[in-house]
Amino acid sequence: MHVGLQHYLAVSMILFCLGLLGVILRRNLLVMYMSLELMLNAANLALVSFSRFNNKLDGQVLVFFIITVAAAEVAVGLALIVALFRKRQSAHVEDLTSMKL
Amino acid sequence: MEAINNWISCGGVEDVLFYVFAALTLLCGILVIANPFSRNPVTSAMFLVLTIISMSGLFVLLHAFFLGIVQIIVYAGAVMVLFLFVIMLLDLKEELRRKIKMFGLVAGLISVGTVASIFLKSLASVKTDAAPPALEGDTYALGKLLFTQYTLPFEIVSVLLLVAMIGVILLSKKKLE
Repeated sequence: MHVGLQHYLAVSMILFCLGLLGVILRRNLLVMYMSLELMLNAANLALVSFSRFNNKLDGQVLVFFIITVAAAEVAVGLALIVALFRKRQSAHVEDLTSMKL
Repeated sequence: MEAINNWISCGGVEDVLFYVFAALTLLCGILVIANPFSRNPVTSAMFLVLTIISMSGLFVLLHAFFLGIVQIIVYAGAVMVLFLFVIMLLDLKEELRRKIKMFGLVAGLISVGTVASIFLKSLASVKTDAAPPALEGDTYALGKLLFTQYTLPFEIVSVLLLVAMIGVILLSKKKLE
């Protein structure tokens, strides 16, 4: 069978679901963050394949912007995690329950 | 020889490469979130690097050459180095194999199932057109679009990067006022 848009979208879908599962199930803040990156990458793959199969370059420009924003987001998020670790000595979500009622 | 040439010209190699890269991407993606051998975040980060590299192979198969390279340079090069740097800085102890809570597992499966069912529904309605696409995502075409039609978003993103930089410097100061 010839590889088409559906194949790429299926890969992107499975990758997105994996990332979502990782965010929900893993308890380590850093691994959760990596799962978020996985979800972003799945969205990028979907955008690039849509852009290719619709013959429009705009999707790839959007992916370019997404990569830039993701880099900024990772920098700020990791700084937050480091600041949190300095205060609490832990990167586990189960130890960070001070906002619980 | 004739058969091989025929096979190459009708896109057989690209199909095989797609399956190889897709399998590699998904396998490494699974190993990022659930590695049966190690709970170390460093292992997860390494498998994320592999996922990103094989995904840039998929980008190249989609003729998005510029994005494939940017993916490797920015994600595998810069972002993942930042991740590894922070992991080493935090000096995390080996994560204990905590039992996954039943509630968490059920909630996760329900939410993932919901999202997946929505995706499958929309995937079934994708129409496949027979005409082979002819789009080339090379640097020239992308740069031309970026500096004509998308100049304003480009400038705004540069401001965003500046804001992120200042924010990170403020957040990582020793004393937070």
